Amino acid sequence: MANRINRDQVQHVASLAKLEFTDAQLDAFTPQLDDIIGLFETLSEVDTDGVEATNNVSDQLNVMREDVADNWGQSQALLKNAPDAARGFIKVPAIIDESEDN
Amino acid sequence: MNYFKQDLASLHADLVAKKLSAKELTQATFDNIKATDPKIDAFLALNEDAALDQAAKVDAAGIKEDQPLAGIPVAIKDNIVTKDLTTTAASKILTNFNPIYDATVTTKLADAQMITVGKTNMDEFAMGGSTETSAFKQTKNAWDQTKVPGGSSGGSAAAVASGQVVAALGTDTGGSIRQPAAFNGVVGMKPTYGRVSRWGLIAFGSSLDQIGPLTRGVKDNATILSTIAGHDEHDLTSSTQAVPDFAKDLNDATSVKGLRIGLPKEFLAEGVDEDVKNAILAAADTYRKLGATVDEVSLPHNKYGVAAYYIIASSEASSNLQRFDGIRYGYRAQDVKNLEDVYVKSRSEGFGDEVKRRIMLGTFSLSAGFYDAYFLKAAKVRTVIINDFKAVLKDHDFIMGPVAPTPAFDLGAEIKDPITMYMNDILTIPVNLAGLPGLSLPAGFSNNLPVGMQLIGRPFDESTLYKAGYAFEQSTDFHLQVPTLGGQN
Amino acid sequence: MNFETTIGLEVHIELKTNSKIFSPSPVAYGADPNANTNVIDFGYPGVLPTTNKGVVADGIIAALALHATVEQHTHFDRKNYFYPDNPKAYQITQSDKPIGHDGWVEVDVDGVKKKIGISEMHIEEDAGKNTHERDYSYVDLNRQGTPLIEIVSKPDIASPAEAYAYLEALRQRIQFTGISDVKMEEGSMRVDVNISVRPVGQEKFGTKTELKNLNSFNYVQRGLEYEEKRQQQVLMSGGAVQQETRRFDEKTGETILMRVKAGADDYRYFPEPDLPALNISDDWIKELGDAMPEMPTKRRERYVNELGLTDYDAMVITQTKEMSDFFDATVALKADPKMAANYLQGDVNAYLNDNHVDLQATKLKPANLAGMINLISDGTISSKMAKKVFKAITNGEEPKAFVEKNGLVQLSDPARLQPIVDDVLQSNPQSIEDFNNGKKRAVGFLVGQIMKQTHGQANPQVVNKLLMAALQQ
Repeated sequence: MANRINRDQVQHVASLAKLEFTDAQLDAFTPQLDDIIGLFETLSEVDTDGVEATNNVSDQLNVMREDVADNWGQSQALLKNAPDAARGFIKVPAIIDESEDN
Repeated sequence: MNYFKQDLASLHADLVAKKLSAKELTQATFDNIKATDPKIDAFLALNEDAALDQAAKVDAAGIKEDQPLAGIPVAIKDNIVTKDLTTTAASKILTNFNPIYDATVTTKLADAQMITVGKTNMDEFAMGGSTETSAFKQTKNAWDQTKVPGGSSGGSAAAVASGQVVAALGTDTGGSIRQPAAFNGVVGMKPTYGRVSRWGLIAFGSSLDQIGPLTRGVKDNATILSTIAGHDEHDLTSSTQAVPDFAKDLNDATSVKGLRIGLPKEFLAEGVDEDVKNAILAAADTYRKLGATVDEVSLPHNKYGVAAYYIIASSEASSNLQRFDGIRYGYRAQDVKNLEDVYVKSRSEGFGDEVKRRIMLGTFSLSAGFYDAYFLKAAKVRTVIINDFKAVLKDHDFIMGPVAPTPAFDLGAEIKDPITMYMNDILTIPVNLAGLPGLSLPAGFSNNLPVGMQLIGRPFDESTLYKAGYAFEQSTDFHLQVPTLGGQN
Repeated sequence: MNFETTIGLEVHIELKTNSKIFSPSPVAYGADPNANTNVIDFGYPGVLPTTNKGVVADGIIAALALHATVEQHTHFDRKNYFYPDNPKAYQITQSDKPIGHDGWVEVDVDGVKKKIGISEMHIEEDAGKNTHERDYSYVDLNRQGTPLIEIVSKPDIASPAEAYAYLEALRQRIQFTGISDVKMEEGSMRVDVNISVRPVGQEKFGTKTELKNLNSFNYVQRGLEYEEKRQQQVLMSGGAVQQETRRFDEKTGETILMRVKAGADDYRYFPEPDLPALNISDDWIKELGDAMPEMPTKRRERYVNELGLTDYDAMVITQTKEMSDFFDATVALKADPKMAANYLQGDVNAYLNDNHVDLQATKLKPANLAGMINLISDGTISSKMAKKVFKAITNGEEPKAFVEKNGLVQLSDPARLQPIVDDVLQSNPQSIEDFNNGKKRAVGFLVGQIMKQTHGQANPQVVNKLLMAALQQ
């Protein structure tokens, strides 16, 4: 059974990802994730000493946009897709936690 | 009217000669989809009114010889946004989502005056290899409706194979164009990373995703790729390399003469079905007969591709899919009391199990204390895998092998077992990790199911793959065989 | 028990670019909610960011202005967290390769100079704004994507006064580069503060608290002073400081517990796959460095050593680049530096404060200030008349023309003044007697009489000279 990741860790990861699982789902998920993480751990067989990480395989480097402002005029259409909007704002149920991140 | 054994060039000739109008062709396409789709469920949404209007406009303007795609219907995978045409990525979380802008590829197809007829089914957010993780319907294999169509571009592959459309766009993060193309006996190209703009592609694994065409023949595929490829100021990872007219030089089978082909021994190793293996060995003989040499080569770290891929793709996906939070668009759970509920309930109700599994794997791989052991390690193994390819492609023009270890499997057979499902991608995944072009084309049959061959090239050398694919196609008749579904095909 | 204090400051500076950092939407304030947004700012499915070259340039400029090393092989990272003002649920920022690192600024606290280290500075996108009402919050994404530079200090700041001085030095240097307005009251400069104390000699840093709601440099200093004392008292009474976030109350000057930190946040940083890495060339760095304006410290040295200003005058003049540039332009037109400095600190500042405007928004021109000062220096006008002339130059008038038009020319000719002096002396024998009896105040009265007769146009110096000569006969 689970030895690489346990139920509590699965719960913790779920809370980071804003997902929730029932007990039955957790019972099914935890061993599955554990097996897959076991597959991940086979990577330790590969010697990567001194190997650089690859994060992107694009042939582009240093591509940037000139600093020119262009308003695409989409704000009305954007708000139409919002589940709730009022007075030009997107409306969401009250934020309980007061912390404002930067 | 039966237009569905024709290729792009002959349809174009008929349109130019006015033997056929764009509107007739488009109407026939919808008639055909309606006749056949109840059997294969390839489409999530049809664009009937707008498509017929557009076709009439194309007819009115007249189709000229230098407009090879004008008036020809095309299907778009549902993770590519289409303005004013519902786009869901086959997820409940995007039910009824109405994009307010077009993807660069759909803009380019529209500029070429192709007619978008609808959106094709897929695995939810392209996560899956059988189109069984779609929140909406189960697409079936065009050859056998008890089999999966492959995935994630299962709808696009089945639509092309069944003759519903002559061409479709798919997307490929770990094999999602090539594997369904193989399972349905059609041609699918996963272009070099950066060849095609990702603007408007609903991101799964941003460093792996590419859009590419699915068609019945190699030449059609090349024509579509030339149309959708090219640098895009909206996608800074898109390449500034010039885009050749890929179809132009596809004239005869002799163009592979003198080429050196690598056949990695790992591609025919344990787990690869005998019929698949034999089809590839036969294909190698075909190439030898055409004047190429085929050497056994090695990609020693190929087997680590699956683990590296599922870490990288899931990590990127976990971040990419955070925007689906019920705030600005898409599904918001009902009866929510506070913000946390909006997040947790919208996401938990809106995503299916496979998507949640990948989000969990990715979140875990990036989380504090695990990043180095998982994400960073996978990114380094990615470098090792790239170096394997570089070594082989230094003195080989391309690599050949199977697309998938087996032909299409039974519906429902693997969906319950994620690891088996993931291991099916072992031959396609490394190509995405390395960002190389990969072409999938019909190379045989096994129990009346198509078997696909994969050609892997140097970066931005899709030309060689198309030439080799065309030469093979001209020397074999696999591509001429079509499934019997009724309808028009 | 003796304590030492360690203060860390994270300063966010909003850049004055035309467009956002990862989308071409305009960076502008005061627009209708969500008016300056597009599909990128909304984090729509399928969108991709594009890096604004101007922001990268500003990052390099800031690094150079703060003596930091420019990281030439840099890239962006994603910082993952959910919040309604954060539409992608990740912020594109820089984590392991920030654009600048290991910089410093010099501060002067009570005459003691000290270098304060900057560990790193990175460019990133700002979030939108949430407005909270009773049952709902309202999200405006206009600010989403506004470019920011975050500057993180090394743990070198040892007192609230040093923190103040550090912020002032940072503000000035950034202000002089022109990449930001750096105004806390307008939100273009924001400060996050943490502070810890430990007994002198203890190697390990104390537990730090974070302070919020510090909306001016003064509040930063006052909040830190309160918090420094509070932590010392906790430790002296045998207690332990908790890792917590506290809010500064502007009315009481106290800090109030907001929340206790439960473990570290897990932002799951990883390299942004949608943006190719940046390879910043030596040439680009040189080009930007060559175009950089002279920094305030350099200017102060020049003002003191070459122009003879006092340290204090030099400091005041270099509060903003506009003021300093104005001063340089005024002096370049041969105005007396000391007088130019006095006018800028006195009448000009008073005018700006009274009218709540920035120097560049007024009609004041260096040429006109220099013209007025030169008229004073050559005796054409008196400093009293200059009050009227100053008012005129705030309206953009040319001083010489104004003086001539209004007949403000000072009477300095002794030949014309002598009869008036004689006349006044004759009419005031009592004052002469007072003077002779040692009452020096009598001179003032006589000068006043002469000024009255000349309607204030007499040159006081010349009058004084003539009067003294007559009295001492």
